[in-house]
Amino acid sequence: MGNGTSIGRVRGLGSSHHGTHHFLSSRLTAVGNLVLIPFLMISLALMPSHDYATVHAWAAKPLPATALILIMINTFQHARLGVQVMLEDYIHEEGGKIAAWLLVNILPFAGAAFGIVSVVRIALGGA
Amino acid sequence: MAQAPGKRPLSPHLEIWRWGPAMLVSILHRVTGNGLAFVGLALFLWWVGALAGGPAAYQTFLDWVWLPPDGGLQSVTAALGKLVLIGLTWAFFQHMASGIRHFVLDIGAGYELEANARWSSLTLLFAVSATSVFWAFVFLR
Repeated sequence: MGNGTSIGRVRGLGSSHHGTHHFLSSRLTAVGNLVLIPFLMISLALMPSHDYATVHAWAAKPLPATALILIMINTFQHARLGVQVMLEDYIHEEGGKIAAWLLVNILPFAGAAFGIVSVVRIALGGA
Repeated sequence: MAQAPGKRPLSPHLEIWRWGPAMLVSILHRVTGNGLAFVGLALFLWWVGALAGGPAAYQTFLDWVWLPPDGGLQSVTAALGKLVLIGLTWAFFQHMASGIRHFVLDIGAGYELEANARWSSLTLLFAVSATSVFWAFVFLR
């Protein structure tokens, strides 16, 4: 292991052993999106109207509610992985990397939690 | 990078190559993906949250994003909202077609120059067509 060029400093260390999981998780959630997002779009397009009562009644049914919650899990994970790759490519300073690390590990979970709570409230009563 | 010598030659990058369909589709995959992640999911959460919040919250969402009451700032944002939604639909179809192309590339197929350019171009054509069909259906039915 040298200490000159960037490649020289990492050569021989082996892989971080996380790449394959990231790659496969990205593909797996992509397949999920392939089902979930067209379901959402077609459902919205076919609705007789988009007033509160119609949309709320639709989202409260078991199948749509399940799809919406799966979107919160599957699509947010897919987005998280993709945004992480983008940030890794463009952010090179240590401070920025920490900010990106916080963003990628906190925001998707916060958003998904808010979304799941919302769908549960729609489906199980409340407002 | 701190210890890397400063004056090493760099490989030619964006400014050197002639644009081709594969390059365009590659960068569009990233742009549409991140657009969907930041704009699409934010709007999606607002929509679901408004639906959970009750009729008033849902009406606020509609007023800002789709149907302005009359005049004011909301007539601007509602027009923009339609544009953003149409843009997100296109972004989804482009990202989806390009993603399916990636599945094919992942198994090692589709790298021949001609086939690669053809399938890249088809993702662009598909996204525009699917977006047109989708919104024609929504607006005209």
